[in-house]
Amino acid sequence: MTPILLTPFDIATAASLIVLDAVLSILLKIRLHWQLAIAAARMVVQLVAIGYVLKFIFSLNNPAATLLLVLVMVLVAAREVAARPERRFKGSANFVIGAISVGFATFVTAVLALTTAIRPDPWFNPHYAIPLAGIILGNVLNSASLSLDSLLGSVKRERPAIEARLCLGASYREAIAPLVREAIRRGLLPIINQMSAAGIVTLPGIMTGQILAGLDPIEAVKYQILLMFLLSGGSGLSTLAVSYLTAWRLTDERQRLRLDRLQ
Amino acid sequence: MQLTIKQLRSQFAGPFELELARGACAAITGASGSGKSLFLRMIADLDPNEGEAWLEERERGSMPAPEWRRRVTYVSAESGWWTDKVIDHFPHRERSDLAALASRLGLRGDLLDAPVGQLSTGEKQRLSLIRALLPDPPVLLLDEPTGPLDEVSVAQLEALLRERMAGGTSILLVTHDPNQAARLGGRHYRMVAGRLETT
Repeated sequence: MTPILLTPFDIATAASLIVLDAVLSILLKIRLHWQLAIAAARMVVQLVAIGYVLKFIFSLNNPAATLLLVLVMVLVAAREVAARPERRFKGSANFVIGAISVGFATFVTAVLALTTAIRPDPWFNPHYAIPLAGIILGNVLNSASLSLDSLLGSVKRERPAIEARLCLGASYREAIAPLVREAIRRGLLPIINQMSAAGIVTLPGIMTGQILAGLDPIEAVKYQILLMFLLSGGSGLSTLAVSYLTAWRLTDERQRLRLDRLQ
Repeated sequence: MQLTIKQLRSQFAGPFELELARGACAAITGASGSGKSLFLRMIADLDPNEGEAWLEERERGSMPAPEWRRRVTYVSAESGWWTDKVIDHFPHRERSDLAALASRLGLRGDLLDAPVGQLSTGEKQRLSLIRALLPDPPVLLLDEPTGPLDEVSVAQLEALLRERMAGGTSILLVTHDPNQAARLGGRHYRMVAGRLETT
């Protein structure tokens, strides 16, 4: 089955819905029409641009170029992870922790999928590697930033409890363990929700996209299941990495709680 | 000397010199923010600091930090609790010792099985002190141990501390009560702007 290709006219028809929204905003004095127009224009420009970037990288079919694009995506994701929590480390530790966790989780999961399940030829074929890395990154970013936010938020609140245990001779690892567990739990909740709701509450995006593009529903479902497993693996790895790295950064060789390293 | 402090200093306070014999007590008074708690925290190695702290013949750097803190135990003015129930903060086999100490300090027995959230500040303070006393560390660093307590409770607590001192425990405490040092039969220091002064 060949996909139904869209013409500019099809897209213009759909764009009339944005115009409708804008008109409603003016009539009802919601004052969102400018923001709506700008957001719509940004979306079109960003997506068209990435479309051409992808087309270019696909045509290069060069592992170095593919790796470079994925690295840029990882760094942007790391910046998001670092910026999300209300409390931060002084200096660049937030970013470094974000980059290591997100990069590690994405590479491990993506390479595993490309070399075992999907197996394009060669395995680093950008046509597969880049979209896969992108979707894993999106999820991993979410998990990592939730874990980081949880741990940095709770450590200040729980300081008396942590230090009380340290004073009684507990190791830092024991004293911080409940907070690390909670941070990992928080990071894993979204993917658990996503898996539980998949197919009943929501039709996941990848599957919907593939069905619209003409793929047999059962084949699309198989892809979606594979992806969900990859995403939960990626979330697990990134929350684990982010939580342990953050806990490690909050202590020193004398097993103190170093809140002075936070802003 | 049970506890010897040499050139102990941090970015915020010091340098400090102090010697505390076995079974001796020293009390530190001073305005809020003068560095009293910082000093005790530095001895317990809870904040970054430089200098030496010796327990008898052993320097603290020669042992892992948790081992040092088990012997030189700091009890903060704000008690910390990490699970919901009071009893879960104590080793289970020490239940009878715990109950005995609690009743000596005027705490009802049923408090031990209560949720932490139901305790008053004074009750929490006394229980956190008992938590530190149970393993019988040679040095106790007490940060305002009688701060939130009434007169009767203060007398009960001081009697218990005197008993521990007779058994060889050395106590360094921060207090707002200048007479506490005299009552515990110890020396009295005043903390002024991060420096320790003898009175």
